[in-house]
Amino acid sequence: MIDFKLPSLGADMDEGTLLRWQVKPGDSVKRGQVVAVVDTSKAAVDVEIWHDGVVQEIKVEPGEKVPVGTVLATLREPGEAMAVQPADEGTRRPVSPSARQRARELGIDPEAVAGTGVQGSVTLADIEAAAQGRPATVVPAVSAPSQAPAADRQREMRRAIAAAMGRSKREIPHYYLSQTIPMAAALAWLQQRNQDLPVTGRILPAALLLKAVALALRRTPQLNGFFRDGAFQPSETVHAGVAISLRGGGLVAPAIHGVETMSLPQLMGALSDLVRRARAGSLRSSEMSDPTITVTNLGDQGAEAVFGVIYPPQVALVGFGSVALRPWVDGGELRAWPLVTATLAADHRVSDGHQGALFLVELRDCLQQPQALADACAAPSIEGKTDHET
Amino acid sequence: MSYREALREALREALQADPRVFLMGEDVGRYGGTYAVSKGLLEEFGPERIRDTPLSELGFVGAGIGAALGGMRPIVEVMTVNFSLLALDPIVNTAAMLRHMSGGQFSVPLVIRMATGAGRQVAAQHSNSFEGWYAHVPGLRVLSPATVEDARAMLAPALADADPVLIFEHAQLYNMEQEVPDGAALAADISSARVRRAGSDVSLVTHGGSLPKTMQAAEALAGLGISAEVIDLRVLRPLDDDTVMASVRKCHRAVVVDEAWRSGSLAAEVMARIGEQAFFDLDAPLARVCSEEVPIPYARHLEEAALPQAQKIVATVQALMGRRP
Repeated sequence: MIDFKLPSLGADMDEGTLLRWQVKPGDSVKRGQVVAVVDTSKAAVDVEIWHDGVVQEIKVEPGEKVPVGTVLATLREPGEAMAVQPADEGTRRPVSPSARQRARELGIDPEAVAGTGVQGSVTLADIEAAAQGRPATVVPAVSAPSQAPAADRQREMRRAIAAAMGRSKREIPHYYLSQTIPMAAALAWLQQRNQDLPVTGRILPAALLLKAVALALRRTPQLNGFFRDGAFQPSETVHAGVAISLRGGGLVAPAIHGVETMSLPQLMGALSDLVRRARAGSLRSSEMSDPTITVTNLGDQGAEAVFGVIYPPQVALVGFGSVALRPWVDGGELRAWPLVTATLAADHRVSDGHQGALFLVELRDCLQQPQALADACAAPSIEGKTDHET
Repeated sequence: MSYREALREALREALQADPRVFLMGEDVGRYGGTYAVSKGLLEEFGPERIRDTPLSELGFVGAGIGAALGGMRPIVEVMTVNFSLLALDPIVNTAAMLRHMSGGQFSVPLVIRMATGAGRQVAAQHSNSFEGWYAHVPGLRVLSPATVEDARAMLAPALADADPVLIFEHAQLYNMEQEVPDGAALAADISSARVRRAGSDVSLVTHGGSLPKTMQAAEALAGLGISAEVIDLRVLRPLDDDTVMASVRKCHRAVVVDEAWRSGSLAAEVMARIGEQAFFDLDAPLARVCSEEVPIPYARHLEEAALPQAQKIVATVQALMGRRP
């Protein structure tokens, strides 16, 4: 028997509310399959399972809020005998008329909510409770979601961000560096590449910047990984957490996995998909739990530079401001040049300013050779350089 | 003031106010009324206006209808609802229907008072609650005063009504004592239900002799953390749906408490209307506390077991609340 426990979906999560099950007792599950949706107070996350098996028993009902580590369900390993009969199917869940009505107004599936009423029926109070523990966007709403749960949600999200950022500033000795990066070559390359493509096939500068960060990190592994239990654990691959602001406030920073191995079109696709799902509230647990570095881009909002707060247990955050025409000296002449200010906030327990500076310089150099950036997909093209700081 | 005294005060006031008013029934004169409601009125108003009748409900109810048609304002006392079955034909086929049958030419401004209900060990034939039967009939207005104030206040508007009005006095209420406001402040309407206790978790809909038991139950429920709202229907026909539905929309649960049997009953009617008009406001199945479907027993413990009681109401409400946080 395997216990399927509520995973931690980020440093700011110590409990979660089970919103719904995607499986029922008796179902076979495969490693990596999404089996449940859990609300972390920041987002509704599709939780994956990491074992093959057959669902034996559901331990936590939709609507229940439980601490990280709580057993949500038990699994029979492949070949293991069934202990009890699976729950009988086909019985209609009793939902009170007013609860059903309210659920429709809130866009909640009442059959997926735990019932506390007569004969286990779902009551009005159960629906209201479920509404407060989840974003209104998880199930498409038939009518407008009510304001009160959204306000509660807003408070929860603020509380979660406050906890994580407070911890970061208490525990992590940040140091900050910045680097102005000419973007003329990158923008020209992008424009040429995009000009014959439909809108959906175009690459945005954000994808190029992400790729450049991932490649630049190869020179400075001290910026990519986790600081846990008093020690740094470097990560072999770059899972870039992309800070995404949510409609109605707050933000999440789910990961794109293995950015250094992805082609630019793949990365662009992953980025659009991630933004869409983050705003629709259907992120996956692995995306929430394992970013190795965060990249934040406030350029669209017009900020010139962003000095970020590291998301524990990560050890660095890379920020980009707006790409804009500014004065730049090129070959002894003053020109109007497209520039971006890249910044690094890094954990001084793990790296020093010297390494941080090397990273930013590497990032700048990568962005001067956009074709090489596009071609580098897991190829050790930059490994050839001398790694003199390690 | 007691419920009995309030009824007597109302009768006295009516007799003084209008010379067309007279009281007629078995033992209302020399005996002073089976429940002593009309005690002293014979001496005060004389045998022309306080008239003892033979034991013939069919006869004297019919005479009352005739007097009403003739321009009088009779108050007919039928000793109990049990005996009114002998007068069903004049009440239903004549009093209730004459306006319709005459194309609006005749109305029957008759008031019939009767005692109703069980709980005094007078056995099955004297313990019925048939007010719901009368509430079935178009053309009748059916009142169920459950407070001393209503006992005092309902007679005057009943007499003012151009059509027949039936007033049901629960036999267990006659000795009930309550403060009553002065005449001008009396709640005199005979069309609306009243919220007797405000609450938010469950609506207890009742009337007449079941009101005190329901109020007791609401008090006990408060001790259990359940806020019960008590609705006194007051008027059984026509029913005041608005007051009931407003309460159900607030509380989302409803229990009807009525001493009559449940099958084909007034309780069933109230529940049906809630189902029709407030279905989407319900958060639990409807429930009711009625008498057991047996002739009301004579033995005290069996009679108590057969009738609605406060603890039955409490248990019924608790079963509707589910597992509360």
